[in-house]
Amino acid sequence: MSTYTAPLKDMQFALHELAQIDQIAALPGNEEASPDVVSAILEEAGKFASGVLDPLNRVGDTQGAKLADGKVTTAPGFKEAYRQFVESGWNALKCDPNYGGQGLPYTVATAVEEMWHGSNVAFALCPLLTTGAIEALMLCGTPEQKEKFLPNMVSGKWTGTMNLTEPQAGSDLAALRSRAVPQTDGSYRVFGQKIFITFGEQDYTENIIHLVLARTPTAPEGVKGISLFLVPKFLINEDGSLGERNDLQCVSIEHKLGIHASPTCVMSYGDRGGAVGYMIGDENRGLEYMFIMMNLARFSVGLEGVGISERAYQRAVAYARDRVQGKALGDQQKGAIIRHPDIRRMLMDMRAHTEAMRGLTYVVAAAFDHAHSHPDEATRKQSLAFADYMIPIVKGWCTESAQHVTYVGVQVHGGMGFIEETGAAQHYRDARIMTIYEGTTGIQGNDLIGRKTLRDGGRTAAAVGMEIARIDDELAQLPGEAFASMRKAMGAALNAVKTAGEYVAANAQSDTRGVFAGAVPYLELWGVLCGGWVMARAAVAASRLLAAGDPDREFLEAKIITARYFAEHILVKAPGLAREVVGGGASVLALADEAF
Amino acid sequence: MKVLVPIKRVVDYNVKVRVKSDHSAVETANVKMSMNPFDEIAVEEAVRMKEKGLATEVVAVSCGTTACQETLRTALAIGADRAILVETEVELQPLAVAKLIKAVVEQEGPRLVVLGKQAIDDDANQTGQMLAALLNWPQATFASKVELAGDQVQVTREIDGGLETLALTLPAVITTDLRLNEPRYATLPNIMKAKKKPLDTTKPETLGVDVAPRLKTLRVEEPPKRQGGGKVADVAELVAKLKNEAKVI
Repeated sequence: MSTYTAPLKDMQFALHELAQIDQIAALPGNEEASPDVVSAILEEAGKFASGVLDPLNRVGDTQGAKLADGKVTTAPGFKEAYRQFVESGWNALKCDPNYGGQGLPYTVATAVEEMWHGSNVAFALCPLLTTGAIEALMLCGTPEQKEKFLPNMVSGKWTGTMNLTEPQAGSDLAALRSRAVPQTDGSYRVFGQKIFITFGEQDYTENIIHLVLARTPTAPEGVKGISLFLVPKFLINEDGSLGERNDLQCVSIEHKLGIHASPTCVMSYGDRGGAVGYMIGDENRGLEYMFIMMNLARFSVGLEGVGISERAYQRAVAYARDRVQGKALGDQQKGAIIRHPDIRRMLMDMRAHTEAMRGLTYVVAAAFDHAHSHPDEATRKQSLAFADYMIPIVKGWCTESAQHVTYVGVQVHGGMGFIEETGAAQHYRDARIMTIYEGTTGIQGNDLIGRKTLRDGGRTAAAVGMEIARIDDELAQLPGEAFASMRKAMGAALNAVKTAGEYVAANAQSDTRGVFAGAVPYLELWGVLCGGWVMARAAVAASRLLAAGDPDREFLEAKIITARYFAEHILVKAPGLAREVVGGGASVLALADEAF
Repeated sequence: MKVLVPIKRVVDYNVKVRVKSDHSAVETANVKMSMNPFDEIAVEEAVRMKEKGLATEVVAVSCGTTACQETLRTALAIGADRAILVETEVELQPLAVAKLIKAVVEQEGPRLVVLGKQAIDDDANQTGQMLAALLNWPQATFASKVELAGDQVQVTREIDGGLETLALTLPAVITTDLRLNEPRYATLPNIMKAKKKPLDTTKPETLGVDVAPRLKTLRVEEPPKRQGGGKVADVAELVAKLKNEAKVI
């Protein structure tokens, strides 16, 4: 059996050479993130992921979370692992030190969280949602609300949830119906049913802090009438102790394709007179707040894609080394299947995608840090624009790539991949939700075209393209076929993005439906371009380190080979994707609805 | 009471060890290194003694290259109070390490030294015993249970026939076996704090110890590849094969 090992070497490489963590550590407030501390953190997090979370991954899948009498029992071992997780302080890694957090940069948190997703994605969801709720409170909670709820959420003593979806309001939150009725004491009574609430109920902690979107009686229709409420499972007394049980309950949990250890709850609020809730931020601005949260959550889901891809890759490599079957072409003896050309192609494909995704997410995490703490306002703005542009790409492309990688992971196993025992199938099933929750790939594509590309007249898109195009000079200076090949593919991909972008800009008004029919290919096009870009940067850095006499030649040479593979097998798809965008909408839309 | 915990930086237990192409040693360049697992158990035991109020200070010490600092930080993250690095580029053999630790013991004055029974790289299983002899202290090796009471320590040790319990008078040397405890995962706040704990560096020359190797490695080789197995028809054939082919009986 394969066990998860945090890819520390590649993580360190991505942190130093791509995310340039030395610059992050130099930002005000990040003094603690020195290379040796970061290295110790990654090391210890890796031990925790391999030693505690990975062994529970299969148990979580086979046993899952169970519901009886409104109470959720998590899979065997999960409660204890959660206790260890929070006692070790991992929950507080990137939180504000004023509320008990460690205040470490996003970039460091990103590498650590990749390990949680890689070793046990269902487990990692609960802390992920708690972090989201913490961010929401940090952003728009009153000082009293922060004081009352944040310390226990940061420590992990209480968890947090996000309650958006209702049966009739999924991607379209305008259709949301939950109500919040104001009371004379300033609180609200919340009524309604919410679905798809991750860890809406669990047996880990004494309390759960639900963040719930609902409408006040005077709210306007549509998206402009939604407010955000904090609804605790147990009310909190003046002295901070737990009070009365609030009027909310988990009425059922979903039977799902994957992430079985994560209870996906149907939550019912206000069946017995109304759940006590407190408004967070201003009335009718709930959706706006949620979108800020959602940006971070979307990034995290993209990171899940990285983690699970790494896991699938490690499992496939272990199997390919071990499984003896036939004589590979050109070999004299029977050998492990890793000798077969097609198995190697699959492993390279998994590896190249995973390393590119890792590079991209870490680079975007670094942009979050610059946007958050860089002393220069212009740099902050620029970094924020870059990060905002990249979020749909990280979410859309990394999760779609994770489908491919986990799919190939099953394929490497052959017939055994279809058998649950090998574990490859679990990754394939667990990954499947990632392109759906926190906005489907279609929504990400629409976001990339609508909000991110068209809204500012294509300015950010052009700036990002220019930044990426700078790699050409660096590649041109390096000798050898590998770099020539990368340069050629990057050039073609940049042209493809330019052509597609111009088409989108020129036709968005006249042929809106046609342009948006190409939203997902447009997103994928950007994804492969960005993947090619970070891999080319990685190869340039590897070449520089090799020239400087870095002793780890094996790793650095492999990096250049993997970057070349990416350029020659994945990045080359860019021109085809551009052709899908340019004019491809016509055939998408031509058939009458009845003809389907 | 002060407890000294000597620790060694070794090739990580997950790494598949490879022999250098010139057969001079095992490849350690660009290989993941970590604390010898037996030493991790020693650190854990010492920290537990401190947490129970039986020890006042836990000092971790390591002998080797600058990179050992990283390993010492791991010990500090588990809960050691401070660390000492005896820095040298010389390849250290068990006797040299025992002498170095003896010198540190004389400087620090601990009442108890707890260390791993052996290191997973060369598996020598000598340092603790040599140290006890050099110090002329009692020793209890392969400890699976340690009970400290005043100036006495009772150590249960794992021997071939079962368990043996020894009573020692401090100062003493204890070497740890696998079942003594299960080392904790370092917590994030402690990892951060480890950076700020004192780590002093000294050198063998300063301690007045000659660390020149006494043993010469002639050649390092991979264990022979496993030969394919075969089926035997009956016991007689098995015995014959063991006698004539394998020549083990």
